[in-house]
Amino acid sequence: MNELIQKATILLESNSVQVVIGYGKGSANRTRAIFITQAADCEKLIFDSRCIQNLAVYLTKQEIKKLGKPAIVAPIPVLRSIVQLAAENQIAENDLVVLGVTPESELVEFESFAAIETFLSTHRIEIEGKYQKTIEMIKSMPVSERFAYWVKELEPCFKCYACRSACPLCYCTRCTVENNQPQWISVASHPLGNLEWHVMRAMHLAGRCTDCEACYNACPMGIPIHLLTKSMLQDVAENFGTYGPSLDKLNALSSFKPDDKESFIR
Amino acid sequence: MQTENYLIRKSSLEKLFGNLIGNGKIVYAPKAKGNLALFDKVQAFGEITEDYIVTANSAKSVTFPRTEKLFSYHKSKESTEITDAANNTFPDVILWGTRPCDAAAFIPLTETFNGDFQDIIYNKRREKVLILSFSCKRSDEYCFCTSVNSGPGNTAGSDVQFTKLSDGDYLAEVITEKGQLLVKENCNLFEAKPEEDKEPNLAIVATRFNQEEIQAKLQNLFENPVWDDKSRACLGCGSCSYVCPVCSCFDIQDEAHGNKGTRLRCWDSCGYGLFTMHTSGHNPRNTQGGRWRQRILHKFLYMPNKSKVAGCVGCGRCSRSCPADINILDTLTSLQEEKPNE
Amino acid sequence: MSNQNIYIPYLMRIEKITLEAPGVKTFRLKFENEQDAETFSFKAGQFGEYSIMGVGESTFCIASSPTRKEYIECTFRQAGKVTSALALAEEGDIVGFRGPYGNIFPIDEWKGKNLLFIAGGIALPPMRCVIWNALDLRENFKDITIVYGAKSVEDLVYKDELAEWRSRPDVKLVTTVDPGGETPDWKGEVGFVPTILEKTAPSAENTIAIVCGPPIMIKFTFPVLEKLGFMEENIFTTLENRMKCGFGKCGRCNVGEVYVCKDGPVFSYQQLKLLPAEY
Repeated sequence: MNELIQKATILLESNSVQVVIGYGKGSANRTRAIFITQAADCEKLIFDSRCIQNLAVYLTKQEIKKLGKPAIVAPIPVLRSIVQLAAENQIAENDLVVLGVTPESELVEFESFAAIETFLSTHRIEIEGKYQKTIEMIKSMPVSERFAYWVKELEPCFKCYACRSACPLCYCTRCTVENNQPQWISVASHPLGNLEWHVMRAMHLAGRCTDCEACYNACPMGIPIHLLTKSMLQDVAENFGTYGPSLDKLNALSSFKPDDKESFIR
Repeated sequence: MQTENYLIRKSSLEKLFGNLIGNGKIVYAPKAKGNLALFDKVQAFGEITEDYIVTANSAKSVTFPRTEKLFSYHKSKESTEITDAANNTFPDVILWGTRPCDAAAFIPLTETFNGDFQDIIYNKRREKVLILSFSCKRSDEYCFCTSVNSGPGNTAGSDVQFTKLSDGDYLAEVITEKGQLLVKENCNLFEAKPEEDKEPNLAIVATRFNQEEIQAKLQNLFENPVWDDKSRACLGCGSCSYVCPVCSCFDIQDEAHGNKGTRLRCWDSCGYGLFTMHTSGHNPRNTQGGRWRQRILHKFLYMPNKSKVAGCVGCGRCSRSCPADINILDTLTSLQEEKPNE
Repeated sequence: MSNQNIYIPYLMRIEKITLEAPGVKTFRLKFENEQDAETFSFKAGQFGEYSIMGVGESTFCIASSPTRKEYIECTFRQAGKVTSALALAEEGDIVGFRGPYGNIFPIDEWKGKNLLFIAGGIALPPMRCVIWNALDLRENFKDITIVYGAKSVEDLVYKDELAEWRSRPDVKLVTTVDPGGETPDWKGEVGFVPTILEKTAPSAENTIAIVCGPPIMIKFTFPVLEKLGFMEENIFTTLENRMKCGFGKCGRCNVGEVYVCKDGPVFSYQQLKLLPAEY
């Protein structure tokens, strides 16, 4: 992507940004996040279908913030995370240059976060049919069967927290699992501890998750944890009428409206 | 003991598995899951996959479970009773289909749990494990066993090692007395040793660095830009440590249910930001670069300095599973080029 | 192969609780099992893992002297999960204790020397063990000086013992509080420990300095001692890093290659200078 390389080079040369967060060559046939601070290194930037890691996760990391003002290579999932992070006041418009990449691999620049939101209105989150089917299948199970399904699926989880670390929206410096007074979530990785962790994670992302699948891609054990967040996405849409990130949206589970449904109380 | 070589036919291998399962042994073997192979309990020979370089998870959990009871207690107003988990009976476990790297990993792992303070629970579990490794016919670019004094046909740590020969039958190398016992109990399945050599049936794994050289260099590389440079993308999860067959850091946690409860040992990772944080908030390793350095130094300097055994067997799992594609070999090969600080 | 499960704690009954300062308590602990009491021994500088069943373990030094064999004492500040649970314990309750772990102050090598103890805040407890050890063997040492500072007057721990030390003719005690921490009737010094040390320290000649305090205090005290002419091999401290196991396995307390739990917690300044700043 020459256009991307040129743009990044200009940004670094003019000192408009101090670091470009993008994708470069990785191990085997993978790509990896690279952090370019010298204009001459911009030719290391690549962009193709292998670039699936959600780079927005780096916008809130202390080690990356130290590098200075960033420009970020942002395909659709990254753009969505940026809007959600902005809505949660985690990033500021003037402190970031967004190098958007369309699904057609075209470079698109944005003047404001609002412009990103407008752009995303034509790229709405859609839960793929295969996932819809699986989620419906799980939801149709009797409670005990559904419980057993998740206990079994989550069994390989050893709580490495790669799902959390890879998620741009899990930016807390101290996660609930690490708060131990009181100890809300068991530290241990046993059936109950695993279930508690993943339920908690999904609930914290309900109404915030932008369906980038970074959690699932990060899981070393291939656990389909994205089914939980996808299902939450649907539930929030059904109950609160919002779907996907927006700058002026209040997060469904951390805001109250008098007309909120109460059907979840059973 | 002197290694004893036998031939075991392809068809006999399944019979051997059947005999083990029939004897009530717990067998862990590689099982396919999506694109991955995972070490898991298996009941039937058909569940085992042969299509893997290494499994995504290591086999260490059979001796060092991710969550393990150290003891349980029962409190009353007057007294407290402790029930020692070391008195439990630990199961006979067979590791079927470990790679030579996984088998070799039990050497440094066992070293860690011994020394001045011997971990009896670990040792009791370890005694009950029989390791049947399968040498490697294939490798990938993440593999670097030959750089850490191991190799695709390394028998260290294995009780028996199987090598698939050109006709589909296997060479069985019996390394330990435990392995000898297995042969004795299943003597009708083991035949006179094959003519074919082992070597041509092994993967070729290029040597990427020299472990002793790296060890010598690391002595003076504590302050070096390589740590931040190579860990910049690190997300601070514990994936590398948890898939590693040698990593053994742990946490001790209590779980209470009314007046009863347990003290547990749980896996922990030096990659976590809070791992070393004091209660005061002071954190001696407060950057990801410092934590990456700790991981490398622990494996390639501290462990070999202390016990002559490196803390890495070159399986490459950490790199394969890293969600940010931090590649340990990248770091090690670039260290090879570093000039140590004076 | 050892037959003991190294994670099993001794059961200890809390015989006495002393409130030392706001949030700071001392427990005097007695072994539930008399045989344990007989076989147990430790030396000044060692530490243990103290626990409340169902809550967890926390690491602190043994604050009593090894010369007093009937009990062990620990002093802790309520800060995290375990210390908060410990703070709620009452006399007569049972707590767990594993130890002793770690190395020791080389007190036998200090015979015939002057001792200078320098402590800040809640770091007096690790030093109290060796202070009492030295006082109980008083004839082995020459001058003993204690410089102790805390944030405020009420944060000074072991107030009774400070009074006792002050009244002893064979101990020179200097107490100080941070500026602003003094009360109208405060008769001690006002100022940070390194400053007061510079003012009040005895000669470095034939003197061993033992320093214990928060990382920041240690950082500023070492240069003062060097300036006063102390050789780095005659300066000792005890480090505190986060620990879980206490015996070099859980992997978090190391400073470079050494484990604070096993190779420490006591280090000479000479040893520390060779280690990276991971503490």
